[in-house]
Amino acid sequence: MKRASGFRLSLTGIALLIPLALFIIVVFLAQYAWPAIGFNGIRFIGTIDWSLGNLYMNPVTVRGYSVPLGANYGILAFIVGTLLSSFLALLFALPVAVGTAIFLAEAAPDRLRPALSMLVELVAVVPSVVFGLWGIYVLAPLISHYIGPGITAVFGFIPFFNIHNSTGSGFGLLAAAIVLALMITPIIATTLYDALHQVPRELRESAVALGATRFEVVTKTMLPTVRVTLVGGVVLGLGRALGETMAVLMVSGGALNYLPKTIFTPISTMAAFILSQLDSALSDPTGMAVKSLAEIALVLFVITLAVNALARVIVRGATLVRNV
Amino acid sequence: MSATFEAVPTKRSSLERRRMITSAIGWALCGLAFLLVAIPLLDLVLTILIKGASAFSITLFTTSSNGVKGGLLAAIVGTTVLSLGSLVFAVPIGVGAGMYLSEYGQNRLGSVIRFLSDTLTGMPSVVLGYFSYITMVIGFGWQFSALAGSITLAIMIVPYLARITELSLQRVPVSMREAAFALGARERTVAFNVVLSAGLPGVVTGVLLGLAISVGETAPLIYTAGWSNYVWNGKFIHQPIGYLTYVIWTFIDQPYKSAHALAFAAALLVMLVVLAINIGVRIVLRPKI
Repeated sequence: MKRASGFRLSLTGIALLIPLALFIIVVFLAQYAWPAIGFNGIRFIGTIDWSLGNLYMNPVTVRGYSVPLGANYGILAFIVGTLLSSFLALLFALPVAVGTAIFLAEAAPDRLRPALSMLVELVAVVPSVVFGLWGIYVLAPLISHYIGPGITAVFGFIPFFNIHNSTGSGFGLLAAAIVLALMITPIIATTLYDALHQVPRELRESAVALGATRFEVVTKTMLPTVRVTLVGGVVLGLGRALGETMAVLMVSGGALNYLPKTIFTPISTMAAFILSQLDSALSDPTGMAVKSLAEIALVLFVITLAVNALARVIVRGATLVRNV
Repeated sequence: MSATFEAVPTKRSSLERRRMITSAIGWALCGLAFLLVAIPLLDLVLTILIKGASAFSITLFTTSSNGVKGGLLAAIVGTTVLSLGSLVFAVPIGVGAGMYLSEYGQNRLGSVIRFLSDTLTGMPSVVLGYFSYITMVIGFGWQFSALAGSITLAIMIVPYLARITELSLQRVPVSMREAAFALGARERTVAFNVVLSAGLPGVVTGVLLGLAISVGETAPLIYTAGWSNYVWNGKFIHQPIGYLTYVIWTFIDQPYKSAHALAFAAALLVMLVVLAINIGVRIVLRPKI
């Protein structure tokens, strides 16, 4: 009995490594970023200017911290870039995901359904750097030559949708949003698809008995019963989009210190910025730039953690309700 | 008179027709939505297949690259070392945690671990990479190295592995555990020889999916594994190591056709591994579920 409990204890110890890893990540990031948090204060999220300052002069002391002259670490532009690209991606992904899930659950022929749903699932496993490669090689030229001029021809009178107000390279907010949308659509679609399968048969039968068409059965009786799960799937997708790095880095155009004027303007997201700027931040002898990057990582971590936790709570709540 | 008689059915059928048309449009839009997901994937796979296959040759697998032309030997070896290295750390921890969750995790602690494991899965990989950079690369002084890269990947895979292991072990019938206990088996024996061996296919699936994830990852490796043009020399620390996804990311930005070809060849190799594992797992598992 004693040995058995020893075995159980060691398994518990192994399982506890997971919460421990999470805890250590937060503590180390916070501890490393602590001077930056003190130095930056509210200007961190309140200003657009990210500037390493003059790295060739001796550091000066500002507010008690030793930093390069003129250094300011404001990430407002990256916050805006992250939120805009993620919400635009959700805007594209939501209707497509709902349509895909309905198609797979209700319209696809039984024999083809496994293959077709596998196709959708496979979109979710494509490595993000491969999406980036496809974005550079296929999507950006497509936006630059066809989608961009097309949108401009229709909505060009609104400056926000006019490609002539940007570089027109195709790399920018729209490209990032489309790639992100592709990556999160399967997440939302499969969540919804699974939920549609679990809608009680009686609901469907009673709707049919009332004379609803098959499409009305799906949209007016089945969709409302799974709406909580759908919200959970959307939040899950949002969590993925907020933290996505490689694909966004490769197609977003890498903006620095300005807000996007059009959907074709280059942007930067927090995740992409952390990755692209470490090299230059390391050239700061005071280390404040690297610590500020750690602060971005910490902020991003807290945001995605909150979003993912929310998604899990929503989806779990939905499952509980369904089982009762 | 006949006009009023027919008016009622005509009115009803126009409403009906409108509903029919709405439904037809709705189905068409759903089909279109599916195509909007499927076509980019097919285009992506085809593009990489065509561009990547044309770069395939013997030298691709026998020489290394200096960033302009050459082969992918260093990157292939590096990706193999990093992914297998990550499994060395991730499999015992992930499977162990999964066994705990399945066998003893039906309590408050279990559900907390389950919840945190799921949230860890959603953590941006670049944040994890940054954490590893400040701890292992700088803090421990390992510098860019195979060990730092492997451990970082392992932290990513463990929560997946734990949850997949839990799910597959839970499918093992309780009666098998009871039978083993009734024969006087110890907890350890039941867990390893009965439950784990019965649930092994699911665990192997999890390990393979973890392998696919680590082969396709980039962001957490850039500041942990670094990059090297040379084939791995067997050192785990103080020695940067190359990997395929880095080739995709950087070589496509080079102004040379030969570098682009290498990027697509690397993408093809990564996609072959990722798709082979994911399709294989789904085809093998489908009839059982």
